[in-house]
Amino acid sequence: MNNVISYLESSANAFPEKAAYIDEETSVSFAALRAQAMALASRILEVTLGEINVPVVVLLKKSVKCVTAFMGISYSGGFYTPLDVTSPQARLAKIIETLRPKLIVTTSEFSALAQSLGFSEEQIVLIEDAVNHSIAKTQIDVALSKKIDTDPLYILFTSGSTGIPKGVTICHRSVVDYIEWVCRTFQFDEKVRFGNQAPFYFDNSILDIYCTLKTGATMYIVPEKLFIFPIKLVEYLNENRINTIFWVPSALIYVANSKVLAKLIPEYVTKVLFCGEVMPNKQLNIWRKAIPNALYANLYGPTEITDVCTFFIVDRDMADDEPLPIGYPCGNTDILVLNENNRLVKEDEIGELCVRGTSLSLGYYNNPEKTKEAFVQNPLNQHYPELIYRTGDLVKYNDRHELIYLCRRDFQIKHMGHRIEIGEIETAVLSLPNIENGCIVYDDQHNKIVLFYQSGCADDAAILIALRNMLPKYMLPNKLVQLEALPVNGNGKIDRVKLKASIQ
Amino acid sequence: MEDILKILNEFRPDINFQSSERLIDDGLLDSLDIVNIVAELDSEFDIEIPVEEITPENFNSVSAINRLVDRLKEEA
Repeated sequence: MNNVISYLESSANAFPEKAAYIDEETSVSFAALRAQAMALASRILEVTLGEINVPVVVLLKKSVKCVTAFMGISYSGGFYTPLDVTSPQARLAKIIETLRPKLIVTTSEFSALAQSLGFSEEQIVLIEDAVNHSIAKTQIDVALSKKIDTDPLYILFTSGSTGIPKGVTICHRSVVDYIEWVCRTFQFDEKVRFGNQAPFYFDNSILDIYCTLKTGATMYIVPEKLFIFPIKLVEYLNENRINTIFWVPSALIYVANSKVLAKLIPEYVTKVLFCGEVMPNKQLNIWRKAIPNALYANLYGPTEITDVCTFFIVDRDMADDEPLPIGYPCGNTDILVLNENNRLVKEDEIGELCVRGTSLSLGYYNNPEKTKEAFVQNPLNQHYPELIYRTGDLVKYNDRHELIYLCRRDFQIKHMGHRIEIGEIETAVLSLPNIENGCIVYDDQHNKIVLFYQSGCADDAAILIALRNMLPKYMLPNKLVQLEALPVNGNGKIDRVKLKASIQ
Repeated sequence: MEDILKILNEFRPDINFQSSERLIDDGLLDSLDIVNIVAELDSEFDIEIPVEEITPENFNSVSAINRLVDRLKEEA
């Protein structure tokens, strides 16, 4: 099976009228999804003329329509990149500059934005019209017949330290391999009712979307607003009998801290999976106390290895301050923990977690330099070309031989569930007029992004307003500190250690 | 009320808080904002905003937030 489209075909045949994806406004059945996707594909093929592997961006609010767009683009033999509609235009422009997409699938609400991003009228496909297009079955079959399993399905962009986001290119084979493992390990079938939290530009959503597609399950797109109001959130989960959630720890932590679980419990939830940042046992224990019979699983992995590469199904009591293991490699995945000498670590030696296998991204789109840095020849293999991905995460084995995450080896942080290269924020800050120097430090204790800056005219508000036009909200500094001069160390570089100590 | 306005402006200097009664309904404040604001209000006024009070009605305007904080300060 070389294409996720097979999942849709099979579910449309087995469960044609069953609701596949549901949002606040609408729902779509598997059969309708297939029909609409094929219509959209036919419209796209009018422009691509059967050329496969054409990049197409999707500029839509998170909704059922997005999934239709993803499927339509896939039926046409292309690959998709979801764009975050709340992102500042400047950042979207950088993504588009890297990707050079042929087409944009959007809706009339955003056609002005699409045009200001450089798309001509011929390149703008309005989904509300395209889903009614006549289906060109022959052309679709021809396009799909050319596509092979190592061809891309999607490109998701992640924070780039030099200010340019990196396009992680993932192929069909990697997604199929991942989804097969997920469904097998967690015994997902058509009775699953997902409460999706992850934005579609974040790869946690891959699990929700494609497990639903494969098993004939139903995925509810939980309205984002509800994640602010814990009572309303739990009410929603109960009303819709959600039994499976795969959320970023920040969402679980917020719910736990709000103490809503002492008053109102998600009654149907039997599986709680999480991924994206460290999940503290303190908040996990609050969930475990409220829903003791659910399965809890910590999933770990960067976007570059198709969402998840290790997992830990919680199988015992954990103390609040114990670190939750990231566990064991997923099926068909090899994890190499390499020390400074590029050799496997022994016992509890600390090393960098590297990943080997089908899950590896094809690379960063149009960025051979960054690709070469992260995807390297397996140092343990001298015999033939074989890549590993260096995650930059430092880990070690505990005495049960479970993997424990320790920290990053570089300047990447996780803030509110988002992966951020400190360099991306700093590049934006340094580009502002009147800023002489600047440095970002992450306050782990209080989960705050702190900006230390040097400027002739201090104006925190002006800096934040300017940054808002360049960076997504979750990258904005939470605290600004103006200094006469940033401290430097012996090498003449900004003394980050000293700055970090000053906020401890 | 000024303290509250100061806190709100710290997180969102781009919003004119006094001119809107639909901060939540119009999507001016999102989940990240509320999480930050609640944490800061709790810490600044030595209160603990309970989950039942985290509702759109209590956060739609500065005056609503002000009423909430005053009420919790009294009860504390």
